Amino acid sequence: MNGSVLPKIPIGEWASLLVQFITAHFSGFFGAIADGIGWFVDVLVTFFNLITPFAFILIFVVIAFRRRGWGVALFTLFGLVLIYDLGYWEHALQTFALILTSVVLSVVIGLPLGILAGISKTFRRIITPILDVMQTMPSFVYLIPAVFLFHTGMPPGVIATIIFAMPPTTRMTSLGIQKVPRDLIEASEAFGSTTAQKLFKVQIPLARPTIMAGINQSIMLALSMVVVASLVGAPGLGADVYMAVTALRTDVGVEAGLSIVILAIIFDRISRRAKDISK
Amino acid sequence: MSKLEVRQVSKIYGKNPDRCLRLLDQGLTKQEIQKKTGMTVGVGSANFSVESGEIFVIMGLSGSGKSTLVRMLNRLIKPTSGQIFMDGKEVTAMNKRDLRQLRRSGISMVFQHFALSPHRTVRDNAAYGLEIQGVPKKERTERAKKALATVGLKAYESSLPSELSGGMQQRVGLARALASDTDILLMDEAFSALDPLIRKEMQDQLLDLQDEMQKTIIFITHDLDEALRIGDRIALMRDGRIVQLGTPEEILIHPANDYVAHFVEDVNLSKVITAGRIMSRPDAMQVGRGPRVALELMNDSGISSIFVVDRGKKFLGVVDAERAAEAAKKGQSCRNIVREVETVSEDTVLNDLFEQISKASLPLPVVDERGRLVGMVRRASVIHALAGIAAPRDTEVKS
Repeated sequence: MNGSVLPKIPIGEWASLLVQFITAHFSGFFGAIADGIGWFVDVLVTFFNLITPFAFILIFVVIAFRRRGWGVALFTLFGLVLIYDLGYWEHALQTFALILTSVVLSVVIGLPLGILAGISKTFRRIITPILDVMQTMPSFVYLIPAVFLFHTGMPPGVIATIIFAMPPTTRMTSLGIQKVPRDLIEASEAFGSTTAQKLFKVQIPLARPTIMAGINQSIMLALSMVVVASLVGAPGLGADVYMAVTALRTDVGVEAGLSIVILAIIFDRISRRAKDISK
Repeated sequence: MSKLEVRQVSKIYGKNPDRCLRLLDQGLTKQEIQKKTGMTVGVGSANFSVESGEIFVIMGLSGSGKSTLVRMLNRLIKPTSGQIFMDGKEVTAMNKRDLRQLRRSGISMVFQHFALSPHRTVRDNAAYGLEIQGVPKKERTERAKKALATVGLKAYESSLPSELSGGMQQRVGLARALASDTDILLMDEAFSALDPLIRKEMQDQLLDLQDEMQKTIIFITHDLDEALRIGDRIALMRDGRIVQLGTPEEILIHPANDYVAHFVEDVNLSKVITAGRIMSRPDAMQVGRGPRVALELMNDSGISSIFVVDRGKKFLGVVDAERAAEAAKKGQSCRNIVREVETVSEDTVLNDLFEQISKASLPLPVVDERGRLVGMVRRASVIHALAGIAAPRDTEVKS
């Protein structure tokens, strides 16, 4: 493969050595993370099953109505009933739990990083290329070390989803904080705010619409990862699509795919408030 | 002790500020230093002090360093060199904590573009400074409401800033600054973003408020009319330096250099120069002295009427030569023949006494707030003043 005079730089070997090293020495640590994630997703799925499909649908219709009004509420009602009717309810819940876990963790990790990047130029310079790599590296690639470190099933799926879905939250948070008008920051300082007061009373509240747009993007990216995550054994609608592709089952493919689209539209609509969009 | 004292304060932007400061000491201009070193002089050795209760205006065109200078007073910008004292405490030597305390309770600020938080109600914006200080919610809401009432926005406390007009938004900015109840108020081009009519209204309101509150106000503006209207004293800046510092009249009548002269040449002097400024020593007589003395005094001065005052120098009116002669014959006292005339006060501007002086056959008597005669304004001095010629010193009266 390498016919040039340059000796091949063994980046690939380094990477696998690194993963081997980590697996050998930190498997306990990553195992614990995997268990934690697996447990959390299980709890979510159990809880969703417990409250019955009727209550689940009702809760989402109410949320949709309160955040976006009648149109979205109706869509949510018919969409979720359709998923139930098609027989994908259980898998949709698993997918929902996967998305929710990934997005929550993306926000928990990505938001503070974004705030830091918004405030510190140095940190922004360091993290920007890392975010670029996270977003542009084909998402399948994450799956390989993820399997080594987190085995198969839900946990590696969640981890790969987080890596792919987190960057927009971080980026948009950073952008939102940078965009806060200078005179407002100055006013906040002129009245004697501490750095924390400035952050929590001025910068974050003003960056909120931008941050929410970032989280919305993270949710959408997480949804786009469900099929990829199923490659390492993550259950849910993604697994149905994967099975449909390998078995060439058009019917299952369309039904499961449609269910994913319905979930995506509902999440997109209810994760953005009307008042944030109009701005 | 002055409320605020600024000594040799400079702000240099560049890599070798010490060199730049030396060049400044040698008297090089901003442009020369820029050309020679590539460094920018924000403010070059500013010196002034502001007294308690004064409205001190810093005025200059954009790029003159006035915004930089005002931001150094509460150290939003750190001076490169020099000292700033507030109530004798050195602001320039304060650590972060003291500085925060100073900004919370000593100096508050009003901004050109209002700088209100769009997500907070008018009331919560006004309460911001108090919130930062940890004042309990109930008390800070109370104080914010009071401040809003002071600026006439009581009815809008639950609105969002975006629902208010520019002038109203700036009143919120002012209320926010007032709510902290600081002695010093920095106003950075506070009215510049407002349209002219609203601006004038705000200036009047500020002057009214100042009558009650007696804050120490540092007001930044690029508008000469505004500076003249509200300033007790004005520091005129150009290229980072204060080129002249004085009362509005001093600046208009004795411009320090061609730049200032050019700057002020279009100003309507009649709206700035006061009667007190151009009045001369009054020829007056105590009323107890008889009509004969009055006639003698008039004769000596070659005039046909004379001002009369009582023992306490209180102005009574005018005695004319004709009636004095009559009274002298009849043996009456001067008290019976005093004719009342209109008076003006020391701070009446010329514009407001044109009508009186055009009708009066005599100079206008100038009285102080207790009614005592302190001077008189002749028609000639008015014309002199408007022509931009200072009245000769020997005719000036100061008690």
